[in-house]
Amino acid sequence: MQTTELPDAGGHFGQHGGVFVAETLVSALQTLRDEYLRARSDATFMAEFRHELKHFVGRPSPIFHAKRWSEHLGGAQIYLKREDLNHTGAHKINNTVGQALLARRMGKRRVIAETGAGQHGVASATVAARFGMECVVYMGAEDIARQSPNVYRMKLLGATVKAVHSGSKTLKDALNEAMRDWVTNVESTFYILGTAAGPHPYPMLVRDFQAIIGEECLWQMPELAGRQPDVVVACVGGGSNAIGIFYPYLQHESVRLIGVEAGGEGVLSGRHAAPLTANAPTGILHGFRSYLMQDADGQVLATHSVSAGLDYPGVGPEHAWLKDTGRAEYVAIDDDEALRAFHDLCRYEGIIPALESSHALAQAAKMAPGMDRDVILLVNLSGRGDKDINTVAAISGITL
Amino acid sequence: MGRIEQTFRQLRAQGKKALIPYVTAGDPAPQLTVDILHALVEAGANLLELGVPFSDPMADGAAIQRASERALAAGVTLRQVLHMVTEFRTKDKVTPVILMGYLNPVERMGYAAFARSAQQAGVDGVLLVDYPPEEHHRHLFADHGLDNIFLLSPTTTAERMRLIAKQASGFVYYVSLKGVTGSHTLNPAEVAERIAQIRTICDLPVGVGFGIRDAETAVAIARFADAVVIGSRIVEEMESAPRDEVLTRIRDWVRDVRHALDQDINLEKEQA
Repeated sequence: MQTTELPDAGGHFGQHGGVFVAETLVSALQTLRDEYLRARSDATFMAEFRHELKHFVGRPSPIFHAKRWSEHLGGAQIYLKREDLNHTGAHKINNTVGQALLARRMGKRRVIAETGAGQHGVASATVAARFGMECVVYMGAEDIARQSPNVYRMKLLGATVKAVHSGSKTLKDALNEAMRDWVTNVESTFYILGTAAGPHPYPMLVRDFQAIIGEECLWQMPELAGRQPDVVVACVGGGSNAIGIFYPYLQHESVRLIGVEAGGEGVLSGRHAAPLTANAPTGILHGFRSYLMQDADGQVLATHSVSAGLDYPGVGPEHAWLKDTGRAEYVAIDDDEALRAFHDLCRYEGIIPALESSHALAQAAKMAPGMDRDVILLVNLSGRGDKDINTVAAISGITL
Repeated sequence: MGRIEQTFRQLRAQGKKALIPYVTAGDPAPQLTVDILHALVEAGANLLELGVPFSDPMADGAAIQRASERALAAGVTLRQVLHMVTEFRTKDKVTPVILMGYLNPVERMGYAAFARSAQQAGVDGVLLVDYPPEEHHRHLFADHGLDNIFLLSPTTTAERMRLIAKQASGFVYYVSLKGVTGSHTLNPAEVAERIAQIRTICDLPVGVGFGIRDAETAVAIARFADAVVIGSRIVEEMESAPRDEVLTRIRDWVRDVRHALDQDINLEKEQA
């Protein structure tokens, strides 16, 4: 696992990040930071993390050359980092394994989590079962309706799923409610935050646990394609899968990094979840500063995306920093484009991608035709789409 | 000397404890807020906490979440909240007003612009829940005559208390329990112990809030605190009252708490 200078001691990535929480949580976050820094340099802890990733998660995940789809698009070669093949079907498990090991190290027997699409909820419920911990997952009522298979999965795994009816009834409200639970039960409870956002140290530790994705690519790409990719593409909601694949590539300056936000009904429509692409101003939500979709009075705006996992008004602070420095580029893909890529990957490659990942696929599909055939695009296929089949069927006018 | 310091000095001289009610600006209706503030003062409030509504009130329980939603549905903005304070000040030049809320509306307005506008409106103190001392623009606020009110909690270490004590002014606000506003599990004996510790570190008056829901608890807390803050319960009283009875309902409720606090002080004096 790598370390760089960022974040600074206060958790800042340039002007972003930091710790903006109620006083009751400050000491819990400081304890978590100290414990994580100790764990990160503890060979036994890291060996156990690697062992779990290999034997429980099934890592390394392969990289697959999507030849037929690339041929069909008629340009650059698209390679897929198959995080969808992980246990529980998405990259989320990398982080929950790491955080569950930390929780155990800190003697916490109860874990809580927020979830949007349900992937992080399932991954949290899974590790809670694996390590014998009580698990409560907060999920927006609207997301419960559109992700029912994942809700049942969490229940099968022994977790309690609590519906959140406040606000927009989606991911941001689930996060509010998880924070309220944490502030109430701070001594007994470990909060497994699902994305590279939230107060310090979460953006740092989630990035570090997810960096395994990019670290594997660094040795897999030369093996499979003879060299590193020209472009790495990943979808960005909070941004954990993207930072996981970007981070080890940051120092490889010839590799372009492209984060793909949810364009919803189009960035110009205002009905989207793309704060970076829409040039949203900075704001403070959920314990950190970053670019945030908000009105002129600083009230957080409701977001819109076909994909529950990208339906978030903010973005992890390191992505905001990477945008400021220009090291990564951020674009938006709207619902229709993502759905087209979803169907294309099913038909051309026999892979059903998550709607979140379909945004990254759609960006690759947009770029590939205009590029030479020897250009390599590496897409982080962050999750599988079985959870989305009801949504896609409904959009296609089909009743299952 | 600011209005907050002056108020606490006067109360101490009179042997009284401060009663600080909280209401969310714009709840239940924006046109009622200024009248509500006057009614609270009339009923015996010494300082006023005026909540700035926010879309994501993470530290608040259900009652204040609903109050925030009602205010936002009525279109209340930070600028309007400041106008309400300006209007309140035309008739009341002595009662301190503390704005309480979350950081983002201030971040959006701009820190300097906010500090200027708040001072002009007649705001005395600012308590932003998610704005800890490490990130705080305290000098900017202090330069505009705004007291920086900080929270202390059951999980605050002695080391942090010293840091906060250095940066705080006006008074410090002890969050009496681990949880959100409006919870039910306050334990006066535990609170007493913590306040004794705070007093060894910090010279400012100590207010206690989160979990004070009736006169009995307010009295128990006021025996060792300088101020009691009551929020969720007042919001619930307003919520359950018909619109035309809101003012009488909170006036009566706050007056009862005031009487209970003053009576207890008198009892203690007699016993002494």
